[in-house]
Amino acid sequence: MTKILIRGAKVLGGEPQDVLIDSETIASVGSVPDAAGATVVEAEGKILLPGLVDLHTHLREPGREDSETVLTGTRAAAAGGYTAVHAMANTFPVADTAGVVEQVWRLGRESGYCDVQPVGAVTVGLEGKQLAELGAMAESAAAVRVFSDDGKCVDDAVIMRRALEYVKAFDGVVAQHAQEPRLTEGAQMNEGLVSGELGLRGWPAVAEESIIARDVLLAAHVGSRVHICHLSTAGSVELVRWAKSKGWNVTAEVTPHHLLLTDELVRSYNPVYKVNPPLRTEADVMALREALADGTIDCVATDHAPHPHEDKDCEWAAAAMGMIGLETALSVVQHTMVDTGLLDWAGVADRMSFRPAVIGRLHGHGRPVAAGEPANLTLVDPQYRGVVNPVGFASRSRNTPYEGIELPGRVTATFLRGKATVMDGKLA
Amino acid sequence: MKRHLISAADLTRDDALLVLDTAEEMARVADRPIKKLPTLRGRTVVNLFFEDSTRTRISFEAAAKRLSADVINFSAKGSSVSKGESLKDTALTLEAMGADAVVIRHHASGAPHRLATSGWIGGSVVNAGDGTHEHPTQALLDAFTMRRHLAGAPDGGPTYHREPGDGTGRDLAGRRITIVGDVLHSRVARSNVHLLNTLGAEITLVAPPTLLPIGVETWPCEVSYDLDPILAKTDAVMMLRVQSERMNAAFFPTEREYARRYGLDGARMAALPGHAIVMHPGPMNRGMEITAEVADSGRCTVVEQVANGVSVRMAVLYLLLGGNEPAITTARTQENNDR
Repeated sequence: MTKILIRGAKVLGGEPQDVLIDSETIASVGSVPDAAGATVVEAEGKILLPGLVDLHTHLREPGREDSETVLTGTRAAAAGGYTAVHAMANTFPVADTAGVVEQVWRLGRESGYCDVQPVGAVTVGLEGKQLAELGAMAESAAAVRVFSDDGKCVDDAVIMRRALEYVKAFDGVVAQHAQEPRLTEGAQMNEGLVSGELGLRGWPAVAEESIIARDVLLAAHVGSRVHICHLSTAGSVELVRWAKSKGWNVTAEVTPHHLLLTDELVRSYNPVYKVNPPLRTEADVMALREALADGTIDCVATDHAPHPHEDKDCEWAAAAMGMIGLETALSVVQHTMVDTGLLDWAGVADRMSFRPAVIGRLHGHGRPVAAGEPANLTLVDPQYRGVVNPVGFASRSRNTPYEGIELPGRVTATFLRGKATVMDGKLA
Repeated sequence: MKRHLISAADLTRDDALLVLDTAEEMARVADRPIKKLPTLRGRTVVNLFFEDSTRTRISFEAAAKRLSADVINFSAKGSSVSKGESLKDTALTLEAMGADAVVIRHHASGAPHRLATSGWIGGSVVNAGDGTHEHPTQALLDAFTMRRHLAGAPDGGPTYHREPGDGTGRDLAGRRITIVGDVLHSRVARSNVHLLNTLGAEITLVAPPTLLPIGVETWPCEVSYDLDPILAKTDAVMMLRVQSERMNAAFFPTEREYARRYGLDGARMAALPGHAIVMHPGPMNRGMEITAEVADSGRCTVVEQVANGVSVRMAVLYLLLGGNEPAITTARTQENNDR
């Protein structure tokens, strides 16, 4: 039996403690003066968090293995401190059957770097017309609980209503990519002052907010829970805040990039900043940070969206939408939320592990750092400062908007059920 | 001047006046029996056109040829671009062929910016119209035309439709310019607002609210939904082309309603001050934004704008490629040395 002693780590940012891992489980937390035969990890000055959980990852396999595979994506996840990721359904073929979700789930188990929880498509082929076999996916080995047509909005109100109702049978949740399609035809960036000057077709905030408004009302009407993907506007925050004040079962996520970057960056016409939903304004960024701090937004989700180089090395209109984020998420959250005083490390654990695990109904993840719990843990050096260099990324893709930017914090170790997937800042 | 011309906003007042004054010199060449200068002999100018545009392409072609540059026309139709070659590979190909300047017209906003900043090519990039973003040489030729008519008299005032004068050294301070039509989709309007503001003009945009971009209230201009009250306070009115397809996307109800509310007809032209001119970037939709009566009147400068386009593009190519000495003096010195 392997034993690992993490010595002197600030658990959730609190007082330094020793954490002893025995095999797959946390054996004790407190003062462990001596653990015979244990590998010792010196963790003075470092923060120990529960293993991070991502509700929104694009692993691209099957179908687009040129941009990412389950193996490279889970290595990137481990490097970023994640022990569980939800793999979005917009693969080729679409994850709309028990067969595809079981394949993705099995690939994740074989990788050994990070648990992969597949997300099932809401509708067949993400086409918004006919419900996929949600029950079959729920009952499969993958035990799907989160359903999403992410990349596309379930814009038909009747289909959305039925999906919300149907998944109640197995405690599922529909994660909505809120984008009214007619208001965003050909949209290239946030609609506002910058789009007007640049002559790029706008993606107005109202296209997101009108769908959120509809869906929280639908969820309330049928007594279901709904999750809103990648909230990006101040108006969306207000709607979610209002829905929660009514006691409705609404949860929401925000991406790291929407906590930091604005549409001013699009003036460069560099497609690395092209993403959906688009980068918004400074006022939106500030509203999102505040909402994440006060809990209106439940969690941070990366929307890690790998694309091959040629899909970004072109003119803006021809470029693919999306940016990678697994390996920089925690640094961006430390920079925007912790170093600004908006959130403490216990808050980070809540927004990046506890709450996403509850929304996804994951077992064994997002658990307290306590004796008897599964040893899914992430050790962070918050003193570290470094310039982001994508050359060293574990992801197969390089489409990061942070290249050359200095960000704080670094994951020095990640443990998945007691096994080190990252040690001394390097993948095991 | 910078190495590239991507946006009219990149031009300072001094840059803009240098281009316009150089264009006046170039215009004199057009009056000579031999309309050619040796200035860009041995230099290669590529016209890279991803979008159909006969008049802009031949204008650049004429400009480059009058400066003795070698001109290569590269049109997306019938080339490898239509087989899916990327902008990057096209650019690398042109670079390998030794292009000193690439004049690019592209349907995607920002494509010239990308070409100039990506490191794909080493030559100068001239934006000949990108998507719904900018068309800076159009703005320069418009300003050139306005200056000749509105500041071309010996006293610096308007010429009242007699021969256009020489506006050398003058800007457009206090001139009232009204731009009417589909501002939302117009690269001409965007470039004109930047340049005319730099030159001191007072700009009013007139359009139905559906055809104005979000945030237009922050632009350095006035905005009106109504044309008639603006006409009497206008020194030059520029009618933008309105594509009737816009009607299908509900930007306005019918062509007739658009023409009634925003079209320039004889009655509206009569409401303009006596010295005012009517401009259009072409091609015109006669009967839509402008009636035949107005288009064919002596106040309409559309044909003159085409001629001025060659002079202005000669000036731009010369200033980007030719160096710092005055084009015509250099040529004369050369002639003297040869003698």
